[in-house]
Amino acid sequence: MISRRDLLRAGSASAAGLWIAFNVPLKAQAAAEPPAPRPLPPPNAFLRIAADDSVTVLLAHSEMGQGIWTGLAMLIAEELDCDWSKVKSEHAPAAPVYAHTAAGSQVTFGSSTTVSEMDRYRTVGAMAKDMLVRAAAERWKVAPSECKVANGIVSYGAKRLSFGRLAEHAMGLPPPAAVTLKDPKDWKLIGTRVKRLDTPEKITGKAQFGIDVQFPGLRTAVVARPPAFGATLAKFDATAALQVPGVEQVVPAGDAVAVVAAHFWAAKRGRDALQIEWNPPPNGGADNVKILDDYRALATQPGAMVVEAGAVDAALDNAKTRVEADYDLPYVAHAPMEPLNCAVRIDGDRCDIWIGTQSQTSDQAVAARILGTTPEKVSIHTTFLGGGFGHRSNPFSNVVAEAVTVAKAAKVPVKVVWTREDDMRGGYYRPQFLHRFKVGLDEHGMPLAWDHVLVGQSVFDGTPAAAFSMRNGIDRNSVTGAADSPYLDAIAARRVTLHSPKTPVPVWVWRSVGHSHTVFPMECIVDELAHAAGKDPFEYRLALLAAKPRLADALKLAAEKAGWSTPAAHGRARGLAVHQAFGTIVAQVAEISLEGGRIKVHKVTCAIDCGTAVNPLAIEAQVEGSIVFGLSAALYGRMTIRRGEVQESNFHDYPVLRLPEMPQISVHIIQSGAKLGGIGEPATASIAPAVANAVFALTGKRLRSQPLQLA
Amino acid sequence: MLFKLVVNGSAHEIESDAEMPLLWALRDLLGMTGTKYSCGIAQCGACTVHLDGQPVRSCITPLSAVGKRKVTTVEGLSRDGSHPVQRAWAETDVVQCGYCQSGQLMTAAALLASNADPSDADIDAAMSGNICRCGTYARIRTAVHLAAKLRRRGRT
Repeated sequence: MISRRDLLRAGSASAAGLWIAFNVPLKAQAAAEPPAPRPLPPPNAFLRIAADDSVTVLLAHSEMGQGIWTGLAMLIAEELDCDWSKVKSEHAPAAPVYAHTAAGSQVTFGSSTTVSEMDRYRTVGAMAKDMLVRAAAERWKVAPSECKVANGIVSYGAKRLSFGRLAEHAMGLPPPAAVTLKDPKDWKLIGTRVKRLDTPEKITGKAQFGIDVQFPGLRTAVVARPPAFGATLAKFDATAALQVPGVEQVVPAGDAVAVVAAHFWAAKRGRDALQIEWNPPPNGGADNVKILDDYRALATQPGAMVVEAGAVDAALDNAKTRVEADYDLPYVAHAPMEPLNCAVRIDGDRCDIWIGTQSQTSDQAVAARILGTTPEKVSIHTTFLGGGFGHRSNPFSNVVAEAVTVAKAAKVPVKVVWTREDDMRGGYYRPQFLHRFKVGLDEHGMPLAWDHVLVGQSVFDGTPAAAFSMRNGIDRNSVTGAADSPYLDAIAARRVTLHSPKTPVPVWVWRSVGHSHTVFPMECIVDELAHAAGKDPFEYRLALLAAKPRLADALKLAAEKAGWSTPAAHGRARGLAVHQAFGTIVAQVAEISLEGGRIKVHKVTCAIDCGTAVNPLAIEAQVEGSIVFGLSAALYGRMTIRRGEVQESNFHDYPVLRLPEMPQISVHIIQSGAKLGGIGEPATASIAPAVANAVFALTGKRLRSQPLQLA
Repeated sequence: MLFKLVVNGSAHEIESDAEMPLLWALRDLLGMTGTKYSCGIAQCGACTVHLDGQPVRSCITPLSAVGKRKVTTVEGLSRDGSHPVQRAWAETDVVQCGYCQSGQLMTAAALLASNADPSDADIDAAMSGNICRCGTYARIRTAVHLAAKLRRRGRT
C-alpha cells in the first residue's frame, strides 16, 4: 500500500491528459543506510493518457538494448489494464523525480532498472486506473466499485468510456489515498512473452541515436585528444586544418583540440590536418605488461583485509593438498556499435544536450558546472543508446564535459562525434586484474583453507560516484563475486585481501562490473579444486553449495539440460560455471571443440533464476547478449598499452564475436519466486570460466589468462 | 564537385569533394541517418547500403565511385516496414540497441535477393561482416530464414 502522504499530484497545468507524479518511499534501501529526506518531486510525469487513447510511458531509465522500453511500459500497463497496442514509451527528461529508487540519481546501471521500478511503475498504473474509474463513476453517478476495467475501457453495464475520453476528467480528481497492487497470480501481461515496442523504429532507420541528432545550425566537431594516457597538449597549428573545405573553427578544449565543421567528413579531415605537439606522459607512460608484473609483485603480500575468518595460514600449512594459482584478465574496451557522441546547444544560461546516456543526473551537473549555471537549466534529451555496457555512464561525464566545453568555446551548437579509433583508445576500460589463490584441501578433497589476493584498480575510487561503492577504503565492486562468494561460507578458514594500485589507465565499469573479473578466476579455481580432489566438477560444486539451494538448483538444471551426465561428442568437451550477480543466479554449461588450435564454442546451456520473469522473451535476449559479450572478451578482448598509448584501434585489431561464431544458446528460466533480480548482466561473467573449464576437460590445459588462447 | 545521386528513388544533387564517403553524404548532406557510422573501415557493416541491389560499405565508398548506380538505404527498403526482412525481424524480436540493425537488414535483404533459400552456412558467410555487440546473432539467423520463407510465400 502506498499512503496518500507519499503521493503528490502535479502537472495539472497540462491539458493533454492525465499526469501523475509522485514519490514512492525507498523501502528497498539497506537498513544500514536510512533513506535521506527526499526533495519534493517537480511537476513531472511517468504516464500520459491522451484523448486518442494513447498511453505514453515516460522512462526514468535509458534504453540501450536491454529492453526497458518495453519492460517498464509492461509494469504500468499491467496495473492500468490499458490496451497494450496503444502503449508508447519515451525517455523522461532529466529531473530529480526520475531518480533511480535505490541509487538516488537518474542512472541506468547494475541490471537494476526493473528492480528499481517494479513497485513504482506498477503503482503509477494502479493510481491512474483508480482515477479513471472514479471519473467514469462520477459521470454515470455510480459507485467506482461497480465499474469494470479492461483493455483501456471503463464500463458499467452497457455504458462504456475509453481511457482517452476520461483522461481530462480524471486529471481533475484527487489521487487515491492508497492503491493495492494486483496479486501476481492475476497478472495478464507480466510473465508473458511480450515483443519489443521499439522494433518498428529500429528496423526502418527511424530510431534516433545521439549521433543522428541534426538541426539547423548544428555543427559537427571531431576532437584530437592526447595520444597517450597522461600526455598533455604542448602546442598546435590550425592553419592546414582551417584550409579543409567545410572546416569553420579550431578550438582548444583543455588538453584536446576540436575541429568544428559543417559535417563529420570535413571535421575528420580537418583533424587529420592539424599540426599538434604533445608532451609525452610522465615516466614513460603506462605499459600493461609492466603493470601486470607489478601486480604479481604486489600479490606476494596480503592487501587490505576484506574477508577474514579462522586461522588461514595454519590451516594451509596443515592441509593435505594445496592448490595455488594465479589468474589474470586484461584491460578491455566496451566497444559499443555507436561511438561516443554528444550534441550541445547553449542559449544564455540555458543548455540543451542530446546524448545517449546512462547517467543523466551526472551529465546535467557536469554541464551546469562548466557553464556556471544550475542543473535544472540544463535539459538532457536522452536518445536511444547504440549500446551502453557501462561505456555511457562515465563517472566524470567526460563526453558531455568535452562537448559542452567545445560548444562554449566555438559559440555555436556542436555535436562532438568520436571516431571508432577515438572511442576504442579513449580509456575507461574494465581494469586489468590479477588473482592469486592458495587453497588447502582436506583428506576428502574439500577446501578447509582459502587465501585469495586480488590486485587491480578500483573503478570507483576517486570518482564522483565513489560513495556508491567505497566502504572503509575498499571498493566493493573490486571484490564482488569473490569476497561474497557462496563457496566461502563452506570454508572454515578464509581470507580475501585486496590491493588497489593506481595507474594512469582510466578504468570504469564494464558489463557485469566486478563480476566481469572475479567470476572467471573463482569458477576456474573451484574447477581446479575438483580435479585436485579427483571429483566431478558438477558434483564438487553441489557439495560446496549444499546450503545454497537456488544456486544448486540452477546448476542442476543447466547440467541436466546440457546432458552433463553423458559424454560429449568425440572431440568435444563441456565446462560449467555457476554464479550469483545482481540478485540473479546463472549456471552455464559450455560445449567446445578445438578447430585449428582455436576454441570453438558450439553450445551454451544456461539456467537463470531472476526470481520473477517479467518478460521471458527479454530475459532470453539478455542472456544471449550477455554470453556473446562475455565470449568476445574471453576469446579476443585485450587492450595493449605501450608508452601510455593504446595499440588497438578498431574491429580489425580488437576482434569481437561475429555471426558464424555464434554458439547455440538455450536458456532455461527458473521461476523461483525469490526477490526480483536483474537480467542485463549476470550471464556475462560466467561464460569465460565455463569455456576455460571445458578447454581443460578437453585438453588438460588450464587457461588462467584472458583472452583464452591455447599456445 | 557536383554529384547526382538517386537514393531510394529520389534524385539529389550534392556539392562535395569526390572523396567524401557515401555514408557521410547520406547522413550529413541528405539528412538520412538510418545508415550508421561505426568503424569507418568496412569492418562492421553498420553502414551497409545497396548500389543497384549489391550490398556495399558506404563508409569506404567515395561519392566518385557511386557513378550512376542507384542507392538504396534502410529508409528505402520498404515504405512501411513491410519488406520480408523487416517483417521477419519484428516477428523474431531481433533488435536490442538497434544500432547495427540497418546494416544487418540491408545485408540480409541483398542475400535473399540473390539466394531465395539460404542455408545456415550461406547466412554465416553473408552476414559475417556485420557486427552486433548486443549479440542478436541467433535471432538474426532465425529471422533470415523466416524472411526467406515470407519472401517465397509473397511470390506465389
